[in-house]
Amino acid sequence: MIHSLFLVNATGDIFLEKHWKSVVSRSVCDYFFEAQERATEPENIPPVIPTPHHYLISVLRHRIYFVAVIQSEVPPLFVIEFLHRVVDTFQDYFGVCTEAAIKDNVVVVYELLEEMLDNGFPLATESNILKELIKPPTILRTVVNTITGSTNVGEQLPTGQLSVVPWRRTGVKYTNNEAYFDVVEEIDAIIDKSGSTITAEIQGVIDACVKLTGMPDLTLSFMNPRLLDDVSFHPCVRFKRWEAERILSFIPPDGNFRLLSYHVSSQNLVAIPVYVKHNITFREGSSQGRFDLTLGPKQTMGKAVESVLVSSQLPRGVLNTSLNPSQGTYTFDPVTKLLSWDVGKINPQKLPSLKGTMSLQAGASKPDENPTINIQFKIQQLAISGLKVNRLDMYGEKYKPFKGIKYMTKAGKFQVRT
Amino acid sequence: MSTSSAFNDEKGGSSSAGEPEYGHDPASGGIFSSDYKRHDDLKEMLDSNKDSLKLEAMKRIVAMIARGKNASDLFPAVVKNVACKNIEVKKLVYVYLVRYAEEQQDLALLSISTFQRGLKDPNQLIRASALRVLSSIRVTIIVPIMMLAIKEAASDMSPYVRKTAAHAIPKLYSLDPEQKDQLIEVIEKLLADKTTLVAGSVVMAFEEVCPERIDLIHKNYRKLCNLLIDVEEWGQVVIINMLTRYARTQFLNPNINESLLEEGGEKAFYGSDDDDDDDDDDDDEEKKAEAAALAKRKPYVMDPDHRLLLRNTKPLLQSRNAAVVMAVAQLYFHLAPKAEVGVIAKALVRLMRSHSEVQYVVLQNVATMTIKRRGMFEPYLKSFYIRSTDPTQIKILKLEVLTNLANETNISTILREFQTYIKSMDKDFVAATIQAIGRCATNIGEVRDTCLNGLVQLLSNRDELVVAESVVVIKKLLQMQPEQHSDIIKHMAKLTDNIQVPMARASILWLIGEYCEHVPKIAPDVLRKMAKTFTNEEDIVKLQIINLAAKLYLTNSKQTKLLTQYVLNLAKYDQNYDIRDRARFIRQLIVPTDKSGALSKYAKKLFLALKPAPVLESPFKDRDHFQLGSLSHLLNAKAGGYQELPDWPESAPDPSVRNVEVKDSVPEWTKCTSRKERKEKKVEKPFYSDSEGESGPTESADSESDSGSGSQSGSEESGSGSESEESEEESESEEEEEEEEDEEEERAKKKKKVDKSKPKKPESAESDQSSGEEQKRIRKGGKDRRSGTESESEDESESESSESESESEEESESDTDIKKKKKTAASKPPPKQTKKESKKETKEMSLLDLDDFEPTPSPQVTPVNSFLSNSLVTDLEGLSLTDTVLAPTTIAPSSSVRLYELLHRITGEGLAVEYCFSRQPFSPDPHMVAVQIQFTNNTTSEAKSLHIEEPKLQSGMRIKEFPEIEVLPAGESVNVVMGIDFCDSTQAANFQLCTHIRKFFVSIQPPVGELMTPAFLTENEFKKEQGQLMGMNEISEKLTLGEKCQSEHVIVERVTSTANLSRVPCGSDKESRFAGKTVSSGSLVLVTVTRKDGAGALLTVNCEKMVIGTMLVKDILQALTQ
Repeated sequence: MIHSLFLVNATGDIFLEKHWKSVVSRSVCDYFFEAQERATEPENIPPVIPTPHHYLISVLRHRIYFVAVIQSEVPPLFVIEFLHRVVDTFQDYFGVCTEAAIKDNVVVVYELLEEMLDNGFPLATESNILKELIKPPTILRTVVNTITGSTNVGEQLPTGQLSVVPWRRTGVKYTNNEAYFDVVEEIDAIIDKSGSTITAEIQGVIDACVKLTGMPDLTLSFMNPRLLDDVSFHPCVRFKRWEAERILSFIPPDGNFRLLSYHVSSQNLVAIPVYVKHNITFREGSSQGRFDLTLGPKQTMGKAVESVLVSSQLPRGVLNTSLNPSQGTYTFDPVTKLLSWDVGKINPQKLPSLKGTMSLQAGASKPDENPTINIQFKIQQLAISGLKVNRLDMYGEKYKPFKGIKYMTKAGKFQVRT
Repeated sequence: MSTSSAFNDEKGGSSSAGEPEYGHDPASGGIFSSDYKRHDDLKEMLDSNKDSLKLEAMKRIVAMIARGKNASDLFPAVVKNVACKNIEVKKLVYVYLVRYAEEQQDLALLSISTFQRGLKDPNQLIRASALRVLSSIRVTIIVPIMMLAIKEAASDMSPYVRKTAAHAIPKLYSLDPEQKDQLIEVIEKLLADKTTLVAGSVVMAFEEVCPERIDLIHKNYRKLCNLLIDVEEWGQVVIINMLTRYARTQFLNPNINESLLEEGGEKAFYGSDDDDDDDDDDDDEEKKAEAAALAKRKPYVMDPDHRLLLRNTKPLLQSRNAAVVMAVAQLYFHLAPKAEVGVIAKALVRLMRSHSEVQYVVLQNVATMTIKRRGMFEPYLKSFYIRSTDPTQIKILKLEVLTNLANETNISTILREFQTYIKSMDKDFVAATIQAIGRCATNIGEVRDTCLNGLVQLLSNRDELVVAESVVVIKKLLQMQPEQHSDIIKHMAKLTDNIQVPMARASILWLIGEYCEHVPKIAPDVLRKMAKTFTNEEDIVKLQIINLAAKLYLTNSKQTKLLTQYVLNLAKYDQNYDIRDRARFIRQLIVPTDKSGALSKYAKKLFLALKPAPVLESPFKDRDHFQLGSLSHLLNAKAGGYQELPDWPESAPDPSVRNVEVKDSVPEWTKCTSRKERKEKKVEKPFYSDSEGESGPTESADSESDSGSGSQSGSEESGSGSESEESEEESESEEEEEEEEDEEEERAKKKKKVDKSKPKKPESAESDQSSGEEQKRIRKGGKDRRSGTESESEDESESESSESESESEEESESDTDIKKKKKTAASKPPPKQTKKESKKETKEMSLLDLDDFEPTPSPQVTPVNSFLSNSLVTDLEGLSLTDTVLAPTTIAPSSSVRLYELLHRITGEGLAVEYCFSRQPFSPDPHMVAVQIQFTNNTTSEAKSLHIEEPKLQSGMRIKEFPEIEVLPAGESVNVVMGIDFCDSTQAANFQLCTHIRKFFVSIQPPVGELMTPAFLTENEFKKEQGQLMGMNEISEKLTLGEKCQSEHVIVERVTSTANLSRVPCGSDKESRFAGKTVSSGSLVLVTVTRKDGAGALLTVNCEKMVIGTMLVKDILQALTQ
């Protein structure tokens, strides 16, 4: 399956290689570099590149290319999904997944990769098992290790791989038993010029942070489970129970995990929490363009819209901008032509606006494309679909855990066409 | 000096002064010196006693490996630490070892013994890790050691070690492919493993080593299906992909009746848009006819195993792992009936939210799917709308999907979207959009003009790429109806001054040349301009200029003669030889000279022939001959190691190969019953809903009824009486259904004759009558039934509607049963039992036509008790617990001989074969079990030369075939006896049953009780033998006797009907003893039932063969507890 893995940074250097079968020369990456040169944008490199003897499957995360070398037929998604899982694991271990972090922890990275694949076939990808095998580096542990000469590798042999619930390690103990759930919904939308919604849908996830002693068995029920149209579960969720009763029943993994992701049925009308008034014009013959943008709240169920960030890719003809924000700060990068405006919180009494002029290349004809505006925002304590958790019960353990639930709505891919 | 140092050396004592000299070896010095020194200190650290130093050194070495630096010269120093106590050092040494062992084979051997020791460790994790590293060391010399280790680990107690063994198999295979045969044996063994931990890994090994050995899967198929949901996600992907291939070889195409029809339908649909497709329509009609014929000929029934696979994979669409979802999606796409494929759309659309690489792969697959099954994704059209932030490759794929989804109803929305896309800043994407518009225009006639106008507007776009692409697309569109669009052509002719993109220029020139009649004035002028710039043009443009010149010369030679010659002269001296060749060729062809041949006469026809319009089709067309989700599909080229997805077989191979032993099949059927399915069933088949309360419908019945009801209509069309009867039976798929029919019929008649009162009332009269009818039917055999069925079923439905079917059935049953038993002493299994069983079984076991049989004389006289029939219903309710397929563990108390079906008359194409164990000694060979086989010919023609061929038997098993039956006239039955030596095992005997035209795979599986013959012992002998069969050979079980089973009489009766044993006299009336011998080996089987107070009892079985003993205990237990 996966023969080798090369990590390539943005400048095209291979800074880590790992082989699971026989060694493949790093010159195989030349085909990748070729494709890299051909692609105009970093994300335009085809994920699968055939070469005479191998196939290269790559993913781009955190400006690092993870290039896997494949020798024979394998489902491409299998490799892609695995590579993303590797990145997630690194992130879990080092907090960030940057070139520097990987270089600093090269031995841990190597040990992880060794455990995750055997002969190119995934072996232990569950983070709970890996953490038992290899302890994540912390500052304290690093200090202790240098003094005492002890190691990151777990002293006991992992038992999680052998248990019936491979995602949970045994013998977990906490003094404070707590279980927190975050219901996070994202609105994906395309709004057209006139302000009408072309497409809008809600995708949600329930992320959990569970720190409970022993082997708790949890059930989570919703007030309105019918809202959930399409769901995908963490392997711990009992599918039969969901099918029959629409109840999430599971033995949770220890720590942070994504319990569920869902899609709200498209029959429901999606409330769009913000509106944008825009007037972006270029006049023929003049080297000036007008830029006028106003944001306002709409259908927010009385909650404040926060952390608003507007960004837009302006046409190539724009040389510079001179804009005046009523609140927040804006930046314009003359090289990438990327405009971004950090608005902050929308005050319904005083709507934030960004007005001014754009200077264009003199003599050049007016750009015939209009920029699209991407908006990010957050609304606390609101699940825009109206999903509500009914109750959380615990079985199998005696103590009383502390339970908490938080709702949040965010913009996903929220675009306004102009 | 030199001599003295040499002298010193010889002495062996190295002087301290001499050492540095040897150290400065010329090879190690020089340019490598610094490198050498650095490694030197690493070596020192590795040699030290401190673990922390070792660890530090190993970390530095691993960092070197990670950066791709060569660290191979440290091998000797590192390998010494393989037995280090520190776990992290050890692990890093393993990393090093695996990386460099191939280069330093001899030294690597030093480490082997450490691993061999590890393989014997009591801790399973250490055993596993030792095996893992050992098998990762790529040194050919240790292949035998690895082989041995793998074999040992494959039968390890710990599933984790077995999993590691499965991982090691492909490693060894890649090292030495000659081990294949041995490895296949290991794979076969591991495939039989029942733990989820092993399943994924062993299937992966199977796929890498022997993907062609699909026969290894048969026995494990159902188990894999059932384990699937609990296997770890990576294993799921591998298993699902493998099962897709397996199912393609083993089952019939579920769309066989529709696929042709539907394809015809789709084509006709396109045909209405496209005038050019007219000639295809005839073909379509032919196809339709063909399909209809096909549908008539073969009603499709989905194999329950096929259904099992579909059902068990469906929940995995909810997986968080994109690869699993994709695997299930491709399985459904390739295997599911058309109506069910839709479920995957939602899941695939969900994946569109994932990382862009995932989107890329999913969109490729969606694009292929949308071509075949457009309707599936139509509701999700908006999910494929493009955002400006998508990477270009994603945009282009989404565009592809949108184009595939376009039809008359949604084209306006799609075109509006396209309009926005054309304004995008991403020019590659704009170009792709223009092409997409072109494709929509060709596919959907109504919008062709709109699209064309839109594209013409784009010609004034400032971006040259956009214009060029529009020109190319317009050219293709214009070719469809050039007459109406001469103004567009004129407009385009003007563009030649501005457009520089070669492809666009070439397209315009071609258009002008092709339609020069429509623009007679402009064309020569364009040629004039082109002649001026000829030398600076690109090659494709030059070729088109020559073409234009030639065409103009032929149509308008007056104006263009000189120009043409000028162009041809220029071309003659061009650098490109293609252009020179073309010029020479065209000159000879069009300019008449004395040398020019006959061809020049036809020049006009050659150049100005009517050209067919281009077909704009998706690049994803026909990509589905690659398995979806595979690398090969993505690249549209066969990748190494790709396993072709086989076509559906014409006729399904023998489904019984997947049957496994009794024990395995039990959890299988119970497990997969889900509430949801039950509900579905209720809806689909109201027929059963009446009786649902008492007979819980199960899966296979469900799936059969789906397909059965579908097939029914198909075969009814065909009209012939016998066939429609068959289809009817099939749709009901229960043999007792027949009986019900009979009884219903009787009852219906009765109703008509007597009155409409409840049937319970005139009990005696009723039973007389029914039994009389019964007898009549028996005498007549199967013949009269055929004529009756049509009306029967009608009557049946009437009576059903009037009152609950199940109730009435029970009552009439019990009535008739009593009589039946009295009069015929027939060995008729109670209908209830068979009903329950057959519902759980495949159709091969269904339709036991009891009425077709002459009663077989039973060797033991069955006591007749009047209370029996009363208890029948309760007894039989208990029976439904036994899910056994081929070896029923219980036998109805009233009967002594049970009939089993060997070949159903539908699968047998009119030939029905049933068998029973007659319990008589088989005279030709006393070690064989006598099996009585009854053939019934239900066809209208006679069957000839019935015989057995190619028995496939477990080792040691033998078959004594029955003499060939030369002729079996239509409608007749014949009984023969054959002998089978089962070697005292309950393994099935598989063989082929042949007629003069067909062969059928069949198998006979004996219940354990039939593997013995009665032995006659005295009480003393019994006690003596029992004393010798103590300990391991004795199995005792406490039980509570069933309500109706507390008298000695009944106990005896039940035990003897379960197993072929004889009663041994006994002094105590609390105890019953039985004795028998196994048929093949003659081992004694002793059974004792001791009754305690109340309903308690103790069952003891003594038998040398422990397996037989255990199974027998189980069977008898079941018989007694009901």
